[in-house]
Order: sequence, then C-alpha cells, then structure tokens
Amino acid sequence: MTAALRFDPIRLPEKCEQLRKEVRVFLAEEIAAGTFDPHSPNREDNDAPEFSRRVGAKGWLGMTWPKKYGGQERSFLERYVVTEEMRVANAPTRRFFVADRQSGPVLLKYAPEHIKMDILPRICRGEVCFAIGMSEPNSGSDLFAAKTRATKTDGGYLINGTKIWTSSAHIADYMIAIFRTSPPTKENRRHGLTQFLVKMKQPGIKVNPIGQITGQFEFNEVVFTDYFVPDDHMLGEIDGAWKQATSELAYERSGPERFLETYYVLTELVRAVGKNPDTRSAEGIGRLVAQVHTMRRMSVSVAGMLQAGKEPVVEASIVKDIGTVWEQQLPHRVRDLAAFVEETATNRETLEKQLDFAIKTAPKLTIQGGTTEVLRGIIARGLGLR
Amino acid sequence: MRGQAERAGPKPINKGNAVAESENIVAETADKIFADLADAQTINHDKQGTWKAPLWQALTEAGLPLSWVHDDLGGSGASLAEGFAVLNVAGRHAIAVPLAETMLAGWLLAKAKIASPGGEMTVVPASPKDRITLNADGSLSGRTRGVPFAKDAKHFAVLASGNGGLSIALVDVSKCRIEAGIGLGGDHSDTVTLDHVQPAAIRPAPDGFDQTALMLMGGVVRSLQIAGALESMLDISVRYSNERVAFEKKISKFQAVQHNLARLAGESAAALAAATSAADAIVHATSFNDAVFLEAASAKIRCAEAAEKGSGIAHQVHGAIGFTNEHILHRYSLRALAWRDDYGSESYWAVELGKRVAERGADELWPLVASR
Repeated sequence: MTAALRFDPIRLPEKCEQLRKEVRVFLAEEIAAGTFDPHSPNREDNDAPEFSRRVGAKGWLGMTWPKKYGGQERSFLERYVVTEEMRVANAPTRRFFVADRQSGPVLLKYAPEHIKMDILPRICRGEVCFAIGMSEPNSGSDLFAAKTRATKTDGGYLINGTKIWTSSAHIADYMIAIFRTSPPTKENRRHGLTQFLVKMKQPGIKVNPIGQITGQFEFNEVVFTDYFVPDDHMLGEIDGAWKQATSELAYERSGPERFLETYYVLTELVRAVGKNPDTRSAEGIGRLVAQVHTMRRMSVSVAGMLQAGKEPVVEASIVKDIGTVWEQQLPHRVRDLAAFVEETATNRETLEKQLDFAIKTAPKLTIQGGTTEVLRGIIARGLGLR
Repeated sequence: MRGQAERAGPKPINKGNAVAESENIVAETADKIFADLADAQTINHDKQGTWKAPLWQALTEAGLPLSWVHDDLGGSGASLAEGFAVLNVAGRHAIAVPLAETMLAGWLLAKAKIASPGGEMTVVPASPKDRITLNADGSLSGRTRGVPFAKDAKHFAVLASGNGGLSIALVDVSKCRIEAGIGLGGDHSDTVTLDHVQPAAIRPAPDGFDQTALMLMGGVVRSLQIAGALESMLDISVRYSNERVAFEKKISKFQAVQHNLARLAGESAAALAAATSAADAIVHATSFNDAVFLEAASAKIRCAEAAEKGSGIAHQVHGAIGFTNEHILHRYSLRALAWRDDYGSESYWAVELGKRVAERGADELWPLVASR
C-alpha cells in the first residue's frame, strides 16, 4: 500500500461540549455588549486589545501550555473547540491568534527559561501580540532564500534587511523571525538561517503598512536597520532554523481556521433561502454542508492524532490543501445560489456585503501560511514521488 | 506514508483506518480471501468469471456475507464495526460479487428478526424513490430499478409499505420478474418487478425504521467501498508514475503529475474520513436521527464527488494504458463511479440534506456540524 493515510473518526470528548457552551455564552455576551458584529467580517479595526484580555482571563489562551507559564494544561481538542467557535462567530482574534497558535509553542520549545517566564504568561493573559517574520521581497515560498542578515556583534546580533507581507506587524509587540547568520552550504541550501525573537516598537525597526485588495491594512513591510538583538533572543540552533521550521507545521496547517475563513456566507445563504428552498438551492446547500462537515471531521481527526503524540504531517497538509481551496471557492458557490434568493429576503443586503468581502478575501487563502503548490509538494513527497 | 510504493503484492490491512483498527481479525480474513481468490490482475483476464464461485464459497465459509446477522438468525454475528471494516477492504479490491449487498440484506432482515437463508441476496428497493407495496392479501407489488446483483441473487430482502406501516420481507427471486442490466462498473444492475408476490417471510419493521434509514445505511456501505477503491486507485497510480518513463525521466518527477497525485490523495483522504466517520456514527447511534443523517448523507455526497475527481486523476496519470480492458484501473474507477448511483445519488442526498438544513434554520447549522 502506498499511502497509509490516517483519518481516524475521532470525536471530541464530553468535556469539550461544556467548554463549547462556555465559549458560546461568552461570545454572545461580547456581541451583546457591542464588541463585535458576527455578521460583519469586514471590520475597519480587527484589533481588539480589551477583548483579547478578556479571552485571556477566561483561560483560553495558551490553554495547552504548562501551568507554570500561565497555561491550563488542557488538551489540543479543547483548544480546537475554542478556536472554531471564535472563528465561526467572526470574533476579533487577530491580536492573540498567532501568539496562541504558533509563537508561544516556538518559545516553549526553544526560548531560554527567563524569556519563557517573562513572555508566555503575558500571552496567556492576552496582553501581547506576535507577528511572524518569514517572507522577504525576494523570498516567499522559497523560505530558505531569505537574505536579511544577523551579523554577530558584542553581546548579540545586528539585523539589516526587510521582511514583507508580515501580518499584524503594525500592532505586534514581538516578532519571531528567521535571519541569515551564515551563507548556505553546497550540500544544504537550507543551512544558515537562524530563528530570533524580536522586540518590536524599538529604534531600528520601521513598519510600513501595505494596503490589501480587501481594503484592509493587515500586512506590512518591516525594515531593519542595525537593529540589535541580544544573544539570549536566539531561538534554537544557530544556522539550524530549517530543522525547527517544519515540525510545528502540522499544528499550523490543520486547524479550523483553514476551512472556516469564509464560512459566514454559508450561514447567511441558509438564512436568505428560508425554510423552503427550491431544488437548486437545496442541492447546493446540501453539497456545501457535506463538504464542510467532511473537512471538519478530517481536521478534528488530525487534532486528535496530534493530541495522541503522532506526527500526521502529510494528513495536515492535505487538510490545509483541500480546506483552503474549499473556503476559497465557497463564496463563489454561494454567489451562484444567491442569484435565486427572493427579493424579499430580509438579509439580502448583509449577504451581498459579505459576498463582496469574501470574494475579495478568497485569493489569499491558498497563499498565506504555505501555498497550495508548496503543500502539494509536501504531499507528493509523502507519497514517495520526490 | 512510510513504507513505500514498490510492493505490488497483496495489500496489508490499513491499520490507520479506524474502522479497521479494532476490527482487524475479520477484515484481515476478508483481505486474505480477496488477495488469494480475487487478485485483480488474474480476474481481469478471466472473462468467464470462473473465479466467482470459489470466492463466494470462501467468503461464505468465513461467515462474511452474513456478518451482520446474529447466529440465532443464521449469521456469524460480527459487529457493525467489523462489517464496515470488511466493506472498506472489499472496496479496496473492487469486489465483483454481492458481498456488500448480501450483508445489507441480512442486516435488513435481522431488523425484523427474519432468519437469513444461505446464498446471495440484495435489497429491494435500492433507490429512495422506488416503493414496494404490501397488498391487502399479504402479497407484494412494485417495480424498482438499479438493483445491484439482482440477477445473481437467490433472495431479496424487501422493505414494503402497507396500510399498517412498513414491513420487512424475504422474497424468493424466482417469483419476481428481472430485467437484466449491466451497470457502469460491469456488474449486474437490474430492474425488479414484484407482481402480487407472496413473501417467504414477512414481519413489521421496527419502530422508527423507514426507507430513509435503509437508504442511509446503503449509502454508507457504498461510501466505504468508494473510499476503498480510491485508496487502491491512489496506490496503483503512484506505483505506475514511479515506473513509467517519459521525456527521459519517471513521470512521478514531473511537478504537474505530482500535484495531480497530491489532489488524488486529498480526494481519497476526504472519502475515507467521510465514510469512516459515518460508519462510526451508525455504530454508536441509537437511531437514524439528524446527526446520523448528516453523517451518512454527507459521506455519500462527498465520496461520490471524490469518486469523480479521483478516478479522473487516476486515469489521467495512467494515460492510454489505463483506458484499456487489459489494465486493472477500470475495475476500481468504473465501480467507484457506479456505486455513486446506488441507494440514492449524491445529488439526491444533497437536496434532502439541504432541505433539512434549511428547515432547521441558519443559526442551527453550525451547532449541527459542531455536534459531530
């Protein structure tokens, strides 16, 4: 057998359902208080620092981490429930999402103890925002072509160069970035990059916002000029970022955020067609529901395997590949069906506004966090083709 | 994905398949029988079908056709989960004898505590829109199309509606009229007419059981088979791409081919996840409620979609050789496509699922999805 792909039919444990209720109650209260509008994914300002602190106070940030760093030592499946409920409600998670999913786990694994004790509890309290410094003007999917230099100096490194497409850099307190500490070697072109923790909002860093086709200013150019990073902010092995970058990808790639980004248009379509849809609408909705249900079952399955200590790298890449293609196509399929919605549907305007935004959002979904092409390369490697 | 491609012999049980995980012994038995007596290369060259009788006999001796029938009703009393695992394996071998149909028929008869006779069986009706009627004189009438393996069966397990509600009946095939047909996959798909046929046994269906439940169960059976066939299509496509040389290199080294195979892996994975999830839902359910409806209908819809996309890619990778009778690919690809039609097609179930979702209302959709 070529491919022993595993997708065990894992169910969320009972305790997750109690947690889900708590999250729904919390979000309903936030909506009632006017913190955010669940029908409007296109908010001028997705940054909600007070909301972030209240989520932290609930114990829902860093919830899988050790208690001594402010975590709750809960399971990945419980974190999964919190993530999916926030996503479906269109809650403003930007300020804490990257730190919770990605940066915190990197620090847990590679940062020195005093930095962990300093930063991780603040992530758990929802006080700090992280960005990820990967892409550069001439290095996108080809991560290991990065050129931004970290030059050894007394007590640390001097950083010079430019990161680009850096989401949230304009509001971030920290960035975890890869910089070049050595040239690549003949044998290993991935050699020579090192991961660093960077404190933002300091001299030597300039953040230039970049407007997006959605009308948002979510990502940025970040220019480093003789910016000093102390020695103890180096994360992991010098020149060895390539060994570190891949192991966390299963977490990053298989979560509910990888197929629920445009989910709101499906809910709104169901509202618009009412209780007695025509055959065409019913069939269209039925297929979309079958597809999202299947995506979620695959995603939960990967979460369960991660919780069990397995490394479903290929399965996670499959979830992101077909999940992001699905969420990209979803607004177009909903648009097809919306053409038949009665003029009298009370939410017609909401649906049209949402579609407008979702269709503008769609192109990025198969690019951010690993393009479809990169993912299919990883899957092909897993199949033994490369 | 460890353990690579080259091996061409009988495939081991996929230990990753959770339906199979705790149910390995029964599924392994089935796998061994299929590998020994229904090797794809061998049977593809046997146009007379001489392999069918020994295969059926071996399956019968192992108690597999009546897996879902308790021993006091003539079966082997395997669990639902064990039977589902067997069906996934059967799909992987694209088995062309009525194993799935007999299992489903035995399961239906057992719902009414009717003992299963030996031999091949199939369920009537095999489509959600066809109806068989129980007449006042106790006889059965109706016409139903697309009944898998009707021509090969000795008995039908019939679900019939009468004034007093639904009944389950055992009917002797010789009392029915069969218009033989051959389906897309090359297996019998026949039209069955019952004209005042007296059943060999008939009893009321249990409370809460209806034709929708039967069709959902049939749909999950087919979903597991499609998922299995897709696993094999992926397997033989990957193997072929690592052997075939064009433009002076293995075609597996071309990025366009790699990405097509990655998409096939995705479709295979989606089918497996949808089908095993639905099977697991039925194993743990006490009735065919909304949650089971979502799971089972979704499985049939998503597996049928995967059959279309996946078989298309498998053929594209193989080029002309895959389009020949000589090659085994069509055994899997055409059956996966044919199985889409049985017990309600994906478009039928999509309409039914869409109606239910609309009836529940927009704000109840996510809670339903999240409940699974």
